Amino acid sequence: MKRPYLLPTLLGLVGVAAMVSLAIGSAEHPTQEIVLGIRLPRVILGACVGAGLATAGALLQALLQNPLADPFVLGISGGAALGGVLALALGWTLGLGPMSVPFFAFAGALIATVLLYTIAGAGGRAPAHSLLLTGVVFNAFASSVIIFLTTAVDLSRVAGMFLYLIGTIRVVDPWVIAVVFALLLFGLGVGMYYAYALNLLAQGDETAAHLGVDVVRVRRVILFATALMIGASVAVSGLIAFVGLIVPHVLRLILGSDHRVLVPSCALVGAAFLMLADTLARTVLAPTEIPVGALTALIGGPVFLVLLRRDLNRWVR
Amino acid sequence: MSAAQLEAFDLQHSFHETRVVDQVSVTLRPGHLAVVLGPNGSGKTTLLRILSGVLRPAKGNVALAGQPIEKLSRREVARKLAVVPQDTQVPFPFLAREIVAMGRAPSLGPLGRESASDERIVDDALASLGVTELADRSFPTLSGGEKQRVVLARALAQRTDLMLLDEPTAHMDLGHRVHTFEWLTAWIAAAPDIRAALVVTHDLTLAARYADEVLLMHAGRLVAQGSAAEVLTRERIAEVYRVQVQIEHDDQGRPYVIAVRSEIG
Repeated sequence: MKRPYLLPTLLGLVGVAAMVSLAIGSAEHPTQEIVLGIRLPRVILGACVGAGLATAGALLQALLQNPLADPFVLGISGGAALGGVLALALGWTLGLGPMSVPFFAFAGALIATVLLYTIAGAGGRAPAHSLLLTGVVFNAFASSVIIFLTTAVDLSRVAGMFLYLIGTIRVVDPWVIAVVFALLLFGLGVGMYYAYALNLLAQGDETAAHLGVDVVRVRRVILFATALMIGASVAVSGLIAFVGLIVPHVLRLILGSDHRVLVPSCALVGAAFLMLADTLARTVLAPTEIPVGALTALIGGPVFLVLLRRDLNRWVR
Repeated sequence: MSAAQLEAFDLQHSFHETRVVDQVSVTLRPGHLAVVLGPNGSGKTTLLRILSGVLRPAKGNVALAGQPIEKLSRREVARKLAVVPQDTQVPFPFLAREIVAMGRAPSLGPLGRESASDERIVDDALASLGVTELADRSFPTLSGGEKQRVVLARALAQRTDLMLLDEPTAHMDLGHRVHTFEWLTAWIAAAPDIRAALVVTHDLTLAARYADEVLLMHAGRLVAQGSAAEVLTRERIAEVYRVQVQIEHDDQGRPYVIAVRSEIG
């Protein structure tokens, strides 16, 4: 696609996705109250989560020079989930009210990122595979703690924890939506500012250094921005798999690898994708809702395997 | 002597208590093509990484244009010194042209916006290495030798005075190998009072043919340094590479090396 048409096309896609999501629901004759009071916040939040996960995925893939890197693989989502579950299980609020679970989720994402650094790290000079391995191990650890907590705490809290983890877009306090939106914009801004540096970093750390990139600094900033976006997303939606993996992957096949195009495109397509997926999730078995995380995994898993197979064919020639 | 020059004094570096670079001093003089030879594991690549500033030596220092290299930002280094690494693997489908255009990065702003003159430099670099017809191919799908030529074009597009090249012809056929050395000598000859290059290679005959200076490494040390005729003797090659060779000379007195029998094992 030619570049001048790209931005209008993607913005149009987001607009259409938003209109469709607002128009469709379980109520046959939706009142203004349902559309604006219930659907609109959920559509906005879905867009934020989708954009955040897809952008974070693209940034991590470039940073680790691995097209299969993903918020989940690296344990950052796992850290965020663990933070939120701890808050729910132990009733921690810090007087933050509706912001308490999001706050702990973000803290969990940051701690996972910092751990990734200090354990695999040498202060940001870690080779990619050590980061990936640390992420895998941290994920296993986080899941174990979560399973332990669900068996250890009072049964009345388990339902809440389960709902938190399964990956649904929850309707939350407007302030939370505002904070999530702000964090997403910040992360996206950082990602776009460093998009060209990410092109260079995708060539490998030493080549990036040979081309003038301060690798350690760029890595730190990008990992922090990624933790912000993932923490914010997981806090309001639990674990939604594959968005951070598939959206960048598909877009790279269509648009090429230049992150100056790829990063903003991931944000827009990720937003449209999750809005539509969430609409499907809440209507297909209405009035029962399917967790959107289960839906993205259901669609995303097979799609990803097909992409991977085709990708391998192309590389092996 | 001109400003753009690379100088290293008494370098020493170890990995896991093994000395990989030991008491090595190197001066890269303007107008010179210096070639580093030595068997596998003799410390050539480590030396190159130290000279490019991405690896800090345990001991010794490197000066680029008279300044300690660790005092310069990566961007300042990248404007003076282009590096062609041994092996370039890119896990994403960047086009060959995009790879070459990244050579402009040290001269661009943070967003990497290229001007018309940058595009011209990229076109020239592609043409100079004969890879114009590969420009719109996806880099990961190129053959090893094609990739190396694209990366050489990227180094050229960097428009530096100095180049460090680590086995740049390892995957190339004979024609492209000779062309690469001719290209490199012509590049230096176009501005001999400022340009210089240091090449690591295993091709003794091409090294002898094109090098102004040959440095022979063995077990981390610089065991011989000088003209090809001085460095490449039968005894020394037998000792360092553990191979019996026959050495002939062309009409200009440059040696060429014919392998006779291995003494390994």
